Amino acid sequence: MAELLGFPPQVLFGQLLIGLINGSFYALLSLGLAIIFGLLNIINFAHGAQYMLGAFVAWLGLKFLGVNYWVSLILAPVVVAAIGIAIEKTMLRRLYKEDHLYGLLLTFGLALIIEGSFIHFFGVSGQPFSAPELLQGGNNLGFMFLPTYRAWIIVASLIICFGTWYMIERTKLGAYLRAGTENPQLLQAFGINVPLLITLTYGYGVALAAFAGVLAAPIYSVSPVMGSNLLIVVFAVVVIGGMGSIFGAIVTGLLMGLIEGLTKVFYPEASTTVIFLVMIIVLLIRPAGLFGKEA
Amino acid sequence: MSSDMKKDIEQLRIADLHAFYGESHILHGIDMKVNRGELVTLLGRNGSGRSTTLKSIMNMVGKRTGSIMVNGNETVGMPAHQIPHLGVGFCPEERGIFASLNVEENLMLPPTVRSGGMTLDEIYEMFPNLYERRMSPGTRLSGGEQQMLAMARILRTGANLLLLDEITEGLAPVIVQTLGEVLLKLKDKGLTIVLVEQNFRFAAPLADRHYLMEHGSIVEEIASNELEEKMDLLNTYLGV
Repeated sequence: MAELLGFPPQVLFGQLLIGLINGSFYALLSLGLAIIFGLLNIINFAHGAQYMLGAFVAWLGLKFLGVNYWVSLILAPVVVAAIGIAIEKTMLRRLYKEDHLYGLLLTFGLALIIEGSFIHFFGVSGQPFSAPELLQGGNNLGFMFLPTYRAWIIVASLIICFGTWYMIERTKLGAYLRAGTENPQLLQAFGINVPLLITLTYGYGVALAAFAGVLAAPIYSVSPVMGSNLLIVVFAVVVIGGMGSIFGAIVTGLLMGLIEGLTKVFYPEASTTVIFLVMIIVLLIRPAGLFGKEA
Repeated sequence: MSSDMKKDIEQLRIADLHAFYGESHILHGIDMKVNRGELVTLLGRNGSGRSTTLKSIMNMVGKRTGSIMVNGNETVGMPAHQIPHLGVGFCPEERGIFASLNVEENLMLPPTVRSGGMTLDEIYEMFPNLYERRMSPGTRLSGGEQQMLAMARILRTGANLLLLDEITEGLAPVIVQTLGEVLLKLKDKGLTIVLVEQNFRFAAPLADRHYLMEHGSIVEEIASNELEEKMDLLNTYLGV
């Protein structure tokens, strides 16, 4: 087999595929964070815990109630969104007028409590969760082997990300969301129920995290710490893309996954730090992020 | 339309309105009423409480007490998002055009609150500039066009009580003249208008009555036919 840039194509494409899959998760998670930050002004540190909850709801549903993967893919985000909505209505709502720091501390505390209780009951070792039969196996594309489930992750997250982007940028509901992000008081003065819009937006952002959690369950093991491991990188992605930019969150998520994958091929030692290096460079050159608006 | 033209229906009645931003007490017992089809101005210096009066009607201040009846409904204690649905359209001083929405999205943003609002076609006929620039981001428009957009936005909703805050501020004379023509057309349609205005020469020929405000209170009510004799008083308060 011919070599590509000095590496066997299987290695190069294999790592690019892994990068794209990680990027899909970065995109889904940073999209949810961006939407929540835009309207609520809350840096949702519970996002990783909510991603983990999505995976656990799917796992518990399968284990105890026999709920299959496809149902969980819808049901788990709904369940976790309901929990998120309860959190918003009882706690977050009181903090909108305060500094960002209060929301950050509250959601960070919640994340610790949720993760702590799950570690107490389930331990830190992962629980196995197998992909549905339809998505098992894979195809040999000639230059690489493509497992079906991994292809599904990329397709599903692209559909959800660009569907969300379309909803926000091209529909009436999205116009309310954009207007509410800019000037909630005036939107309210036009007769829109802004508190309800805020609640639903938080619910949707949380549902995105839970959806990513269910997608991740079959390839990463279902563990209470799966979210906190990922969240730090996702925050770096959000900072690189520009806080609050919807399009920026999606594109940067995918891009950072790919960069990470490429680094694994060319200089594996830096693969876990490369995103943070990019973050530092972006912050130095464009403090508002690649897609952010200068304040 | 004929019943809308009646001048004896109370569209807005405010009684003993006090408004607060945090600890500061801004309005000290406002009493005023506006009948259907009237155009009434709030005159006064900067900081006399005119904008706060409009914002209080929309429940956009920290706290308000007293009574604000809109089309016969008590609105003190009503959530802010329900008040527009009584038929109120608000045009804020800073115009409030959304930068992340294009012109047409800005226009279509406020929900219809009553039947009988202008259609999109009628609005584009009244403001041809907006049609030409309907796909531009809202804040790329000139100041005058943004003001037209802010007005047009509430005309579409069917609101029959318009609260307009400083709509001529910072605009070229020719645009101010166009706005005056628009207001006359709206008056002909039977809409009720409360106008906060710095430009007295713009407001005087349009208005039926004037309320003069000072330090968060109404100090004088002047009908348009009393304007001549009370000019001295007005000059004292407005400092022109």
